[in-house]
Amino acid sequence: MQEMTSSLVRAFELLLSLDPVLYGIIFLSLQVSGLAVIAAAALGVPAGAGLALVRFPGREAAVSLLNTFMGLPPVVVGLVVYLILSRSGPMGFLGLLYSPTAMVAAQTILAFPIVAALTHAGIASVDPIVKDAIRSLGATTSQAARLVVIEARYAILAAVIAGYGRAAAEVGAVLMVGGNVEGYTRVMTTAIALETSRGDFELALALGIVLLFLSLVVNLALRAVQKRGALVR
Amino acid sequence: MPIVARTSIAALGLLSLVHASAAHAAEPARIRCASTTSTQNSGLFGVLLPAFEKKTGIKVDVIAVGTGQALALGRRGDVDVVFVHAKEDELRLAAEGWFVDRRDVMVNDFILLGPPGDPARVSEEKSAAAALARIAAAGAAFVSRGDDSGTHKMELALWRKAGIVPRGRRGYMEIGQGMEAALRVASEKAAYALSDRGTWLAVKDRKNLALRVLLEGDPALFNQYGVMAVNPRRHPHVRFEEAMAFISWIASPEGQRIIAAFRDKNGNPLFIPNAVSHP
Repeated sequence: MQEMTSSLVRAFELLLSLDPVLYGIIFLSLQVSGLAVIAAAALGVPAGAGLALVRFPGREAAVSLLNTFMGLPPVVVGLVVYLILSRSGPMGFLGLLYSPTAMVAAQTILAFPIVAALTHAGIASVDPIVKDAIRSLGATTSQAARLVVIEARYAILAAVIAGYGRAAAEVGAVLMVGGNVEGYTRVMTTAIALETSRGDFELALALGIVLLFLSLVVNLALRAVQKRGALVR
Repeated sequence: MPIVARTSIAALGLLSLVHASAAHAAEPARIRCASTTSTQNSGLFGVLLPAFEKKTGIKVDVIAVGTGQALALGRRGDVDVVFVHAKEDELRLAAEGWFVDRRDVMVNDFILLGPPGDPARVSEEKSAAAALARIAAAGAAFVSRGDDSGTHKMELALWRKAGIVPRGRRGYMEIGQGMEAALRVASEKAAYALSDRGTWLAVKDRKNLALRVLLEGDPALFNQYGVMAVNPRRHPHVRFEEAMAFISWIASPEGQRIIAAFRDKNGNPLFIPNAVSHP
Protein backbone atom coordinates (compact mmCIF):
# COMPACT_ATOMS: atom_id res chain seq x y z
CA MET A 1 0.00 0.00 0.00
CA GLN A 2 2.90 2.30 0.72
CA GLU A 3 3.87 2.05 -2.95
CA MET A 4 0.42 3.29 -3.95
CA THR A 5 0.65 6.43 -1.83
CA SER A 6 4.20 7.26 -2.84
CA SER A 7 3.26 6.70 -6.50
CA LEU A 8 0.35 9.11 -6.15
CA VAL A 9 2.67 11.72 -4.67
CA ARG A 10 5.22 11.08 -7.41
CA ALA A 11 2.54 11.37 -10.12
CA PHE A 12 1.67 14.88 -8.95
CA GLU A 13 5.31 15.82 -8.56
CA LEU A 14 5.90 14.68 -12.16
CA LEU A 15 2.97 16.68 -13.48
CA LEU A 16 3.98 19.79 -11.54
CA SER A 17 7.66 19.52 -12.47
CA LEU A 18 6.78 20.31 -16.14
CA ASP A 19 9.43 17.77 -17.11
CA PRO A 20 9.86 18.17 -20.91
CA VAL A 21 10.41 14.43 -21.41
CA LEU A 22 7.17 13.55 -19.61
CA TYR A 23 5.21 16.23 -21.46
CA GLY A 24 6.68 15.03 -24.76
CA ILE A 25 5.37 11.55 -23.99
CA ILE A 26 1.95 12.90 -22.95
CA PHE A 27 1.70 15.06 -26.06
CA LEU A 28 2.65 12.19 -28.37
CA SER A 29 0.10 9.92 -26.64
CA LEU A 30 -2.66 12.47 -27.16
CA GLN A 31 -1.58 13.10 -30.74
CA VAL A 32 -1.42 9.43 -31.72
CA SER A 33 -4.62 8.34 -29.96
CA GLY A 34 -6.43 11.53 -31.00
CA LEU A 35 -5.60 11.06 -34.69
CA ALA A 36 -6.43 7.36 -34.46
CA VAL A 37 -9.85 8.08 -33.02
CA ILE A 38 -10.51 10.78 -35.62
CA ALA A 39 -9.66 8.32 -38.38
CA ALA A 40 -11.65 5.53 -36.70
CA ALA A 41 -14.66 7.86 -36.34
CA ALA A 42 -14.38 9.08 -39.95
CA LEU A 43 -14.52 5.47 -41.12
CA GLY A 44 -16.47 3.79 -38.32
CA VAL A 45 -19.45 6.14 -37.92
CA PRO A 46 -20.45 5.92 -41.62
CA ALA A 47 -19.85 2.17 -41.58
CA GLY A 48 -21.98 1.67 -38.46
CA ALA A 49 -24.71 3.96 -39.79
CA GLY A 50 -24.71 2.15 -43.12
CA LEU A 51 -25.09 -1.19 -41.37
CA ALA A 52 -28.00 0.12 -39.33
CA LEU A 53 -29.84 1.94 -42.10
CA VAL A 54 -29.17 0.12 -45.36
CA ARG A 55 -30.49 -3.39 -45.97
CA PHE A 56 -28.20 -5.58 -48.04
CA PRO A 57 -27.42 -9.30 -48.23
CA GLY A 58 -24.79 -10.38 -45.70
CA ARG A 59 -25.62 -7.56 -43.30
CA GLU A 60 -26.11 -9.89 -40.33
CA ALA A 61 -22.75 -11.52 -41.02
CA ALA A 62 -21.07 -8.10 -41.26
CA VAL A 63 -22.52 -7.07 -37.87
CA SER A 64 -21.34 -10.33 -36.26
CA LEU A 65 -17.89 -9.86 -37.78
CA LEU A 66 -17.70 -6.30 -36.46
CA ASN A 67 -18.71 -7.45 -32.98
CA THR A 68 -16.03 -10.15 -33.10
CA PHE A 69 -13.38 -7.62 -34.11
CA MET A 70 -14.20 -5.58 -31.03
CA GLY A 71 -12.24 -8.23 -29.17
CA LEU A 72 -9.15 -8.16 -31.44
CA PRO A 73 -6.04 -8.74 -29.32
CA PRO A 74 -3.85 -5.63 -29.77
CA VAL A 75 -0.68 -7.66 -30.07
CA VAL A 76 -2.15 -9.52 -33.07
CA VAL A 77 -3.01 -6.19 -34.72
CA GLY A 78 0.53 -5.05 -33.93
CA LEU A 79 2.00 -8.15 -35.52
CA VAL A 80 -0.12 -7.83 -38.67
CA VAL A 81 0.63 -4.11 -39.07
CA TYR A 82 4.31 -4.85 -38.44
CA LEU A 83 4.39 -7.54 -41.14
CA ILE A 84 2.65 -5.21 -43.61
CA LEU A 85 4.89 -2.21 -42.90
CA SER A 86 8.12 -4.18 -42.47
CA ARG A 87 10.80 -3.53 -45.11
CA SER A 88 10.26 -7.13 -46.16
CA GLY A 89 6.47 -6.65 -46.23
CA PRO A 90 4.07 -5.47 -48.95
CA MET A 91 4.12 -1.79 -47.87
CA GLY A 92 7.72 -1.71 -46.70
CA PHE A 93 8.70 0.76 -49.40
CA LEU A 94 6.81 3.46 -47.48
CA GLY A 95 9.36 3.24 -44.66
CA LEU A 96 6.63 3.80 -42.08
CA LEU A 97 7.65 1.21 -39.50
CA TYR A 98 8.74 2.62 -36.13
CA SER A 99 7.08 5.96 -36.74
CA PRO A 100 4.12 7.67 -35.05
CA THR A 101 2.15 7.12 -38.28
CA ALA A 102 2.45 3.34 -37.89
CA MET A 103 1.14 3.69 -34.34
CA VAL A 104 -1.83 5.73 -35.54
CA ALA A 105 -2.59 3.05 -38.12
CA ALA A 106 -2.53 0.25 -35.53
CA GLN A 107 -4.72 2.14 -33.08
CA THR A 108 -7.15 3.06 -35.85
CA ILE A 109 -7.59 -0.62 -36.68
CA LEU A 110 -8.25 -1.35 -33.00
CA ALA A 111 -10.70 1.51 -32.47
CA PHE A 112 -12.61 1.16 -35.75
CA PRO A 113 -14.69 -1.96 -34.87
CA ILE A 114 -15.69 -0.44 -31.53
CA VAL A 115 -16.79 2.86 -33.06
CA ALA A 116 -18.62 1.10 -35.91
CA ALA A 117 -20.33 -1.56 -33.77
CA LEU A 118 -21.46 0.87 -31.06
CA THR A 119 -22.65 3.37 -33.69
CA HIS A 120 -24.64 0.58 -35.30
CA ALA A 121 -26.15 -0.43 -31.96
CA GLY A 122 -26.96 3.20 -31.09
CA ILE A 123 -28.73 3.89 -34.38
CA ALA A 124 -30.51 0.55 -34.39
CA SER A 125 -31.92 1.29 -30.95
CA VAL A 126 -33.51 4.62 -31.90
CA ASP A 127 -37.14 4.36 -30.83
CA PRO A 128 -39.28 2.96 -33.72
CA ILE A 129 -41.96 5.52 -32.83
CA VAL A 130 -39.51 8.29 -33.70
CA LYS A 131 -38.69 6.59 -37.00
CA ASP A 132 -42.40 6.24 -37.82
CA ALA A 133 -43.05 9.84 -36.92
CA ILE A 134 -40.26 11.01 -39.22
CA ARG A 135 -41.68 8.92 -42.05
CA SER A 136 -45.25 10.03 -41.48
CA LEU A 137 -44.18 13.65 -41.67
CA GLY A 138 -43.19 12.94 -45.26
CA ALA A 139 -39.39 12.74 -45.05
CA THR A 140 -37.55 11.17 -47.96
CA THR A 141 -35.36 8.14 -47.26
CA SER A 142 -32.16 10.16 -47.07
CA GLN A 143 -33.78 12.84 -44.92
CA ALA A 144 -35.10 10.16 -42.60
CA ALA A 145 -31.66 8.55 -42.35
CA ARG A 146 -30.10 11.89 -41.46
CA LEU A 147 -32.68 12.56 -38.75
CA VAL A 148 -32.25 9.10 -37.23
CA VAL A 149 -28.47 9.58 -37.09
CA ILE A 150 -28.94 12.97 -35.44
CA GLU A 151 -31.35 11.37 -32.98
CA ALA A 152 -28.62 8.84 -32.08
CA ARG A 153 -25.83 11.44 -31.77
CA TYR A 154 -25.21 10.86 -28.05
CA ALA A 155 -24.83 7.13 -28.61
CA ILE A 156 -22.41 7.93 -31.46
CA LEU A 157 -20.41 10.25 -29.22
CA ALA A 158 -20.28 7.48 -26.62
CA ALA A 159 -19.02 5.14 -29.36
CA VAL A 160 -16.23 7.58 -30.20
CA ILE A 161 -15.30 7.93 -26.50
CA ALA A 162 -15.12 4.15 -26.18
CA GLY A 163 -12.93 4.04 -29.28
CA TYR A 164 -10.60 6.63 -27.75
CA GLY A 165 -10.42 4.54 -24.57
CA ARG A 166 -9.43 1.48 -26.54
CA ALA A 167 -6.75 3.40 -28.46
CA ALA A 168 -5.26 5.25 -25.49
CA ALA A 169 -5.13 2.24 -23.15
CA GLU A 170 -3.47 -0.08 -25.64
CA VAL A 171 0.18 -1.11 -25.29
CA GLY A 172 0.96 -4.28 -27.31
CA ALA A 173 0.35 -2.94 -30.81
CA VAL A 174 2.12 0.42 -30.44
CA LEU A 175 5.06 -1.33 -28.82
CA MET A 176 5.46 -3.58 -31.86
CA VAL A 177 5.01 -1.02 -34.62
CA GLY A 178 6.36 2.05 -32.79
CA GLY A 179 9.33 0.37 -31.14
CA ASN A 180 9.13 2.52 -27.95
CA VAL A 181 11.97 4.74 -29.22
CA GLU A 182 12.79 7.39 -26.64
CA GLY A 183 11.74 10.87 -27.70
CA TYR A 184 10.21 9.60 -30.94
CA THR A 185 7.62 6.84 -30.48
CA ARG A 186 7.47 6.42 -26.71
CA VAL A 187 3.94 6.94 -25.39
CA MET A 188 2.42 6.65 -21.93
CA THR A 189 1.55 2.96 -22.09
CA THR A 190 4.88 1.81 -23.53
CA ALA A 191 6.71 3.99 -20.99
CA ILE A 192 4.72 2.26 -18.22
CA ALA A 193 5.62 -1.17 -19.60
CA LEU A 194 9.29 -0.15 -19.79
CA GLU A 195 9.45 1.18 -16.21
CA THR A 196 7.72 -1.97 -14.97
CA SER A 197 10.30 -4.18 -16.68
CA ARG A 198 13.04 -1.98 -15.22
CA GLY A 199 11.60 -2.63 -11.79
CA ASP A 200 10.68 1.00 -11.10
CA PHE A 201 7.12 0.14 -10.08
CA GLU A 202 6.60 3.47 -8.38
CA LEU A 203 7.34 5.51 -11.52
CA ALA A 204 5.32 3.06 -13.63
CA LEU A 205 2.32 3.46 -11.36
CA ALA A 206 2.77 7.24 -11.28
CA LEU A 207 2.68 7.28 -15.09
CA GLY A 208 -0.45 5.10 -14.92
CA ILE A 209 -2.11 7.64 -12.67
CA VAL A 210 -1.19 10.41 -15.11
CA LEU A 211 -2.72 8.36 -17.96
CA LEU A 212 -5.92 7.89 -16.00
CA PHE A 213 -6.00 11.60 -15.23
CA LEU A 214 -5.62 12.41 -18.96
CA SER A 215 -8.53 10.11 -19.77
CA LEU A 216 -10.61 11.92 -17.19
CA VAL A 217 -9.81 15.29 -18.79
CA VAL A 218 -10.72 14.01 -22.28
CA ASN A 219 -13.96 12.53 -21.02
CA LEU A 220 -14.92 15.64 -19.10
CA ALA A 221 -14.38 17.68 -22.26
CA LEU A 222 -16.56 15.37 -24.33
CA ARG A 223 -19.17 15.29 -21.58
CA ALA A 224 -19.26 19.09 -21.65
CA VAL A 225 -19.92 18.95 -25.41
CA GLN A 226 -22.70 16.45 -24.79
CA LYS A 227 -24.33 18.63 -22.14
CA ARG A 228 -24.19 21.74 -24.28
CA GLY A 229 -25.84 19.78 -27.08
CA ALA A 230 -28.60 18.70 -24.68
CA LEU A 231 -29.34 22.30 -23.70
CA VAL A 232 -29.51 23.57 -27.26
CA ARG A 233 -31.87 20.76 -28.05
CA MET B 1 -22.22 10.88 -48.54
CA PRO B 2 -19.98 13.88 -49.35
CA ILE B 3 -19.47 14.78 -45.68
CA VAL B 4 -18.09 11.34 -45.01
CA ALA B 5 -15.76 11.60 -47.98
CA ARG B 6 -14.55 14.98 -46.84
CA THR B 7 -13.93 13.82 -43.27
CA SER B 8 -12.04 10.79 -44.52
CA ILE B 9 -9.86 12.95 -46.73
CA ALA B 10 -9.25 15.31 -43.83
CA ALA B 11 -8.28 12.40 -41.61
CA LEU B 12 -5.90 11.04 -44.20
CA GLY B 13 -4.46 14.50 -44.66
CA LEU B 14 -3.85 14.76 -40.91
CA LEU B 15 -2.20 11.37 -40.95
CA SER B 16 0.22 12.35 -43.65
CA LEU B 17 0.88 15.60 -41.80
CA VAL B 18 1.99 13.68 -38.70
CA HIS B 19 4.22 11.54 -40.80
CA ALA B 20 5.65 14.51 -42.63
CA SER B 21 6.48 16.27 -39.37
CA ALA B 22 7.96 13.08 -37.94
CA ALA B 23 10.03 12.58 -41.08
CA HIS B 24 11.18 16.16 -40.83
CA ALA B 25 12.27 15.66 -37.23
CA ALA B 26 14.23 12.64 -38.45
CA GLU B 27 16.17 14.77 -40.95
CA PRO B 28 19.57 14.71 -39.19
CA ALA B 29 21.11 11.30 -39.83
CA ARG B 30 19.27 8.79 -37.73
CA ILE B 31 19.86 5.07 -37.49
CA ARG B 32 17.90 2.30 -35.85
CA CYS B 33 19.59 -0.16 -33.57
CA ALA B 34 17.84 -3.34 -32.40
CA SER B 35 19.09 -4.35 -28.99
CA THR B 36 17.99 -6.29 -25.95
CA THR B 37 15.85 -5.07 -23.08
CA SER B 38 18.53 -6.02 -20.55
CA THR B 39 21.09 -3.82 -22.31
CA GLN B 40 18.69 -0.91 -22.46
CA ASN B 41 17.52 -1.38 -18.86
CA SER B 42 21.10 -1.30 -17.60
CA GLY B 43 21.24 2.37 -18.63
CA LEU B 44 24.38 1.95 -20.74
CA PHE B 45 22.78 3.47 -23.85
CA GLY B 46 21.93 6.54 -21.79
CA VAL B 47 25.63 7.47 -21.65
CA LEU B 48 26.89 5.78 -24.82
CA LEU B 49 24.48 7.22 -27.39
CA PRO B 50 24.62 10.91 -26.42
CA ALA B 51 28.43 10.77 -26.63
CA PHE B 52 28.22 9.24 -30.10
CA GLU B 53 25.61 11.74 -31.24
CA LYS B 54 27.69 14.64 -29.97
CA LYS B 55 30.72 13.40 -31.87
CA THR B 56 29.08 12.50 -35.19
CA GLY B 57 25.65 14.14 -35.24
CA ILE B 58 24.09 10.73 -35.81
CA LYS B 59 21.09 9.94 -33.65
CA VAL B 60 20.58 6.30 -32.70
CA ASP B 61 17.04 5.06 -32.07
CA VAL B 62 17.09 1.92 -29.96
CA ILE B 63 14.41 -0.72 -30.44
CA ALA B 64 14.77 -2.85 -27.30
CA VAL B 65 13.35 -6.36 -27.72
CA GLY B 66 14.43 -9.94 -27.02
CA THR B 67 17.62 -11.25 -28.62
CA GLY B 68 15.74 -13.47 -31.07
CA GLN B 69 13.45 -10.65 -32.15
CA ALA B 70 16.34 -8.19 -32.49
CA LEU B 71 18.10 -10.53 -34.94
CA ALA B 72 14.83 -11.08 -36.84
CA LEU B 73 14.34 -7.31 -37.19
CA GLY B 74 17.82 -7.04 -38.67
CA ARG B 75 17.23 -9.91 -41.08
CA ARG B 76 14.04 -8.28 -42.32
CA GLY B 77 15.82 -4.98 -42.86
CA ASP B 78 13.74 -3.07 -40.31
CA VAL B 79 16.81 -1.76 -38.47
CA ASP B 80 20.28 -0.68 -39.58
CA VAL B 81 22.39 -2.25 -36.88
CA VAL B 82 21.99 -4.85 -34.11
CA PHE B 83 23.64 -4.90 -30.67
CA VAL B 84 22.95 -8.23 -28.97
CA HIS B 85 24.57 -11.03 -26.99
CA ALA B 86 24.19 -14.32 -28.84
CA LYS B 87 27.60 -14.76 -30.43
CA GLU B 88 26.93 -18.15 -32.04
CA ASP B 89 23.70 -16.96 -33.67
CA GLU B 90 25.35 -13.69 -34.72
CA LEU B 91 28.24 -15.47 -36.43
CA ARG B 92 25.88 -17.89 -38.17
CA LEU B 93 23.66 -15.09 -39.51
CA ALA B 94 26.70 -13.10 -40.61
CA ALA B 95 28.00 -16.19 -42.43
CA GLU B 96 24.62 -16.51 -44.13
CA GLY B 97 25.07 -12.97 -45.44
CA TRP B 98 22.41 -11.16 -43.42
CA PHE B 99 24.88 -9.05 -41.48
CA VAL B 100 28.36 -7.67 -42.05
CA ASP B 101 31.27 -6.31 -40.03
CA ARG B 102 30.53 -7.91 -36.69
CA ARG B 103 32.69 -6.68 -33.81
CA ASP B 104 32.98 -7.90 -30.23
CA VAL B 105 32.08 -5.02 -27.90
CA MET B 106 32.10 -6.05 -24.27
CA VAL B 107 31.32 -8.85 -21.84
CA ASN B 108 29.35 -9.18 -18.68
CA ASP B 109 29.46 -12.28 -16.57
CA PHE B 110 27.27 -14.69 -14.70
CA ILE B 111 27.77 -15.98 -11.19
CA LEU B 112 26.57 -19.05 -9.34
CA LEU B 113 24.74 -18.19 -6.13
CA GLY B 114 23.62 -20.48 -3.36
CA PRO B 115 22.75 -20.78 0.31
CA PRO B 116 25.59 -19.53 2.56
CA GLY B 117 26.03 -23.07 3.98
CA ASP B 118 26.72 -24.41 0.45
CA PRO B 119 25.43 -27.98 1.07
CA ALA B 120 26.66 -29.27 -2.32
CA ARG B 121 30.10 -27.66 -1.72
CA VAL B 122 30.22 -26.06 -5.18
CA SER B 123 32.64 -23.37 -4.02
CA GLU B 124 35.38 -26.04 -4.17
CA GLU B 125 34.94 -26.15 -7.96
CA LYS B 126 36.50 -23.86 -10.55
CA SER B 127 34.26 -24.82 -13.47
CA ALA B 128 30.57 -23.93 -13.58
CA ALA B 129 29.62 -27.19 -15.31
CA ALA B 130 31.36 -29.24 -12.60
CA ALA B 131 29.57 -27.17 -9.95
CA LEU B 132 26.20 -27.95 -11.53
CA ALA B 133 27.13 -31.65 -11.59
CA ARG B 134 27.76 -31.46 -7.83
CA ILE B 135 24.38 -29.81 -7.27
CA ALA B 136 22.67 -32.55 -9.29
CA ALA B 137 24.60 -35.31 -7.50
CA ALA B 138 23.65 -33.89 -4.11
CA GLY B 139 20.01 -33.53 -5.20
CA ALA B 140 20.19 -29.93 -3.95
CA ALA B 141 17.53 -27.36 -4.88
CA PHE B 142 18.16 -25.21 -7.97
CA VAL B 143 16.00 -22.36 -9.23
CA SER B 144 15.91 -21.88 -13.00
CA ARG B 145 14.50 -18.83 -14.78
CA GLY B 146 12.72 -21.14 -17.21
CA ASP B 147 11.74 -18.17 -19.42
CA ASP B 148 14.01 -18.66 -22.44
CA SER B 149 15.93 -15.51 -21.52
CA GLY B 150 19.64 -15.06 -22.14
CA THR B 151 20.35 -16.15 -18.57
CA HIS B 152 18.17 -19.23 -19.00
CA LYS B 153 19.99 -20.10 -22.23
CA MET B 154 23.32 -19.74 -20.47
CA GLU B 155 22.14 -22.05 -17.69
CA LEU B 156 20.94 -24.70 -20.14
CA ALA B 157 24.24 -24.55 -22.02
CA LEU B 158 26.09 -25.22 -18.75
CA TRP B 159 23.87 -28.23 -17.95
CA ARG B 160 24.56 -29.55 -21.44
CA LYS B 161 28.26 -29.11 -20.83
CA ALA B 162 27.89 -31.08 -17.61
CA GLY B 163 26.04 -33.82 -19.53
CA ILE B 164 22.97 -33.54 -17.33
CA VAL B 165 19.30 -33.14 -18.25
CA PRO B 166 18.04 -30.98 -15.38
CA ARG B 167 14.35 -31.08 -16.15
CA GLY B 168 12.43 -33.42 -13.84
CA ARG B 169 15.35 -33.89 -11.45
CA ARG B 170 14.69 -33.63 -7.74
CA GLY B 171 15.11 -30.06 -6.53
CA TYR B 172 15.06 -28.44 -10.01
CA MET B 173 12.49 -25.63 -10.18
CA GLU B 174 11.60 -23.70 -13.34
CA ILE B 175 9.77 -20.55 -12.30
CA GLY B 176 9.24 -18.77 -15.63
CA GLN B 177 9.95 -15.32 -14.16
CA GLY B 178 12.54 -12.58 -14.11
CA MET B 179 15.92 -12.54 -12.35
CA GLU B 180 14.84 -10.75 -9.20
CA ALA B 181 11.93 -13.14 -8.68
CA ALA B 182 14.27 -16.10 -9.23
CA LEU B 183 16.69 -14.79 -6.60
CA ARG B 184 13.88 -14.29 -4.11
CA VAL B 185 12.64 -17.86 -4.65
CA ALA B 186 16.19 -19.23 -4.36
CA SER B 187 16.66 -17.37 -1.08
CA GLU B 188 13.38 -18.66 0.35
CA LYS B 189 14.02 -22.24 -0.74
CA ALA B 190 17.74 -22.29 0.19
CA ALA B 191 18.42 -23.13 -3.46
CA TYR B 192 21.22 -22.50 -5.94
CA ALA B 193 20.70 -20.16 -8.89
CA LEU B 194 22.58 -18.67 -11.83
CA SER B 195 22.41 -14.88 -12.05
CA ASP B 196 23.89 -12.11 -14.13
CA ARG B 197 26.21 -10.04 -11.98
CA GLY B 198 24.37 -6.76 -12.59
CA THR B 199 21.08 -7.94 -11.13
CA TRP B 200 22.83 -9.55 -8.15
CA LEU B 201 24.78 -6.35 -7.37
CA ALA B 202 21.61 -4.30 -7.68
CA VAL B 203 19.44 -6.39 -5.35
CA LYS B 204 21.73 -8.07 -2.82
CA ASP B 205 21.67 -5.23 -0.28
CA ARG B 206 18.15 -4.08 -0.93
CA LYS B 207 16.42 -7.44 -0.83
CA ASN B 208 17.90 -9.11 2.25
CA LEU B 209 18.63 -12.36 0.40
CA ALA B 210 20.08 -15.44 2.09
CA LEU B 211 22.43 -16.08 -0.86
CA ARG B 212 26.13 -15.75 -1.50
CA VAL B 213 28.43 -15.89 -4.54
CA LEU B 214 29.87 -19.41 -4.65
CA LEU B 215 31.51 -19.50 -8.07
CA GLU B 216 32.69 -16.82 -10.49
CA GLY B 217 35.34 -16.19 -13.11
CA ASP B 218 34.93 -19.36 -15.19
CA PRO B 219 35.35 -18.22 -18.84
CA ALA B 220 32.25 -20.29 -19.65
CA LEU B 221 30.28 -17.74 -17.60
CA PHE B 222 31.20 -14.80 -19.82
CA ASN B 223 28.52 -13.31 -21.99
CA GLN B 224 29.86 -11.72 -25.16
CA TYR B 225 28.09 -8.70 -26.63
CA GLY B 226 28.55 -7.92 -30.30
CA VAL B 227 27.48 -5.28 -32.80
CA MET B 228 26.99 -5.73 -36.54
CA ALA B 229 25.44 -3.93 -39.51
CA VAL B 230 22.60 -5.16 -41.68
CA ASN B 231 24.05 -6.16 -45.05
CA PRO B 232 23.26 -3.37 -47.56
CA ARG B 233 23.39 -5.90 -50.39
CA ARG B 234 20.33 -7.59 -48.88
CA HIS B 235 18.57 -4.39 -47.88
CA PRO B 236 19.73 -1.45 -50.02
CA HIS B 237 17.71 1.10 -48.04
CA VAL B 238 19.68 0.66 -44.78
CA ARG B 239 21.89 3.49 -43.56
CA PHE B 240 25.04 1.53 -43.91
CA GLU B 241 27.59 4.32 -43.60
CA GLU B 242 26.09 5.66 -40.39
CA ALA B 243 25.80 2.11 -39.05
CA MET B 244 29.49 1.54 -39.79
CA ALA B 245 30.38 4.82 -38.08
CA PHE B 246 28.48 3.60 -35.03
CA ILE B 247 30.20 0.21 -35.01
CA SER B 248 33.70 1.57 -35.39
CA TRP B 249 33.08 4.21 -32.73
CA ILE B 250 31.85 1.66 -30.18
CA ALA B 251 34.90 -0.46 -30.88
CA SER B 252 37.23 2.55 -30.74
CA PRO B 253 39.24 3.43 -27.62
CA GLU B 254 36.83 6.30 -26.93
CA GLY B 255 33.69 4.13 -27.03
CA GLN B 256 35.39 1.40 -25.05
CA ARG B 257 36.50 3.89 -22.37
CA ILE B 258 32.89 5.01 -21.88
CA ILE B 259 31.77 1.39 -21.48
CA ALA B 260 34.54 0.75 -18.95
CA ALA B 261 33.60 3.85 -16.96
CA PHE B 262 29.89 3.04 -16.95
CA ARG B 263 28.33 2.34 -13.56
CA ASP B 264 24.78 1.20 -12.81
CA LYS B 265 22.56 3.24 -10.48
CA ASN B 266 24.14 1.51 -7.50
CA GLY B 267 27.66 2.43 -8.59
CA ASN B 268 28.70 -1.04 -9.79
CA PRO B 269 30.64 -1.67 -13.01
CA LEU B 270 28.58 -3.98 -15.24
CA PHE B 271 30.48 -4.42 -18.50
CA ILE B 272 34.06 -5.15 -19.41
CA PRO B 273 34.90 -3.73 -22.87
CA ASN B 274 36.84 -6.15 -25.07
CA ALA B 275 36.72 -4.81 -28.65
CA VAL B 276 40.33 -3.69 -28.40
CA SER B 277 42.20 -6.74 -27.24
CA HIS B 278 45.43 -5.03 -26.14
CA PRO B 279 44.80 -1.39 -25.39
